[in-house]
Amino acid sequence: MPKRIIAGIQKIGHRTIEGIRRLGHATLFFLLVLLKSGTSLQRFNLVVRELYYVGVLSLIIIVVSGLFVGMVLGLQGYETLQKYGSESAVGTLVALSLVRELGPVVAALLFASRAGSAITAEIGLMKATEQLSAMGMMAVDPVARVVAPRFWAGVISMPLLAAIFSVMGVFGGYLVAVVFIGVDAGSFWSQMQSNVDFRIDILNGFIKSCFFGVAVTAIAVFEGYDSPPTAEGVSGATTRTVVTSSLAILGLDFILTAFMFRGL
Amino acid sequence: MQRATLDLWVGLFVLAGIGALMILSLKVGNLDTYNGSGTYVIKGNFENIGGLKIRAPVKSSGVVVGRVADIRFSTKTYDAIVTMNIEQRYQFPKDTFASILTSGLLGEQYIGLDAGGDEAMLKEGDTIMKTNSAMVLEEMIGRFLFDKASEDDAF
Repeated sequence: MPKRIIAGIQKIGHRTIEGIRRLGHATLFFLLVLLKSGTSLQRFNLVVRELYYVGVLSLIIIVVSGLFVGMVLGLQGYETLQKYGSESAVGTLVALSLVRELGPVVAALLFASRAGSAITAEIGLMKATEQLSAMGMMAVDPVARVVAPRFWAGVISMPLLAAIFSVMGVFGGYLVAVVFIGVDAGSFWSQMQSNVDFRIDILNGFIKSCFFGVAVTAIAVFEGYDSPPTAEGVSGATTRTVVTSSLAILGLDFILTAFMFRGL
Repeated sequence: MQRATLDLWVGLFVLAGIGALMILSLKVGNLDTYNGSGTYVIKGNFENIGGLKIRAPVKSSGVVVGRVADIRFSTKTYDAIVTMNIEQRYQFPKDTFASILTSGLLGEQYIGLDAGGDEAMLKEGDTIMKTNSAMVLEEMIGRFLFDKASEDDAF
């Protein structure tokens, strides 16, 4: 019996050490990517190519989900607010919840599953088929040539996608509340404008999405680069990217919100 | 994919993103009310500020003329010092009256400025002399009951 307990404790210890080792490995890799991103910023068309795959191809899911999230917010907000006779505040509700929270967070979650997983799978497959080692043989640094452009494309597109998500959401809320239900358009917009502050709400939301962009893409490129070079390894890495980056987004969101809106 | 098409799509994407940010700041937010004309600071000492918050509007005749920048408690006079940023284009006489009001029954609190008749205008850093505290419901009810009781005594 004591042997089994000791084995159990050993297992916990092993997992912890392994987790911390991976975290350190990921941090070093992140710094390496930053260090070697000079070339990819000089040859910017490498980043532009990745911007197409990471950003432009994510547009459809972002636009459609933004619209629907906004429409649902409009419906639900109206249902609740009309009980208190303040249905014109639905614009404020939709805009604030989108700009502060849902825009950055939901866009980042979608981005992690749409683009993050694609980045991991691509880099993982490149590693499994030894394309990365072949690059190394030709004295082309795979981190500078393959990883850094994808990283920067993700970092650039995330805030833009989050902003597009929020705008589509506000438009969706407008459609439901003003066009379908018939809330007064003037009070919808004016209440929204007087309650949404540029610095406190919009700028903080933008900063949040920048953080999420860095976190999601850093996790995605690391998981891809670190994946075992087998079919199973790549699929595991892709799953881990989505799970880890979703958890990272939600955790970071809590911390950032605590700093931004509570002034901790 | 061809280079030119790729560039076009990415260009459109970046423009859409920047456009979305512009819409957020101008149409959804209130960036357009931050005009470039600058602001000047005036102060007011209030006995009780009620639920006044930083960034609450300062209104005159219902028009937003500035915002509350800072609220402090003074241990010298034991009252609240409220610092307000007023837009440069709105000048107020020295004997302007400042009171803390509530918009609607459950609305937020704001500072209302009623212009006086003085020739001299308030300048950067000046303090408003005449202020009126926020209405606190309990105090109001208490005063009402007290008045009622003293009325009853008279008879």
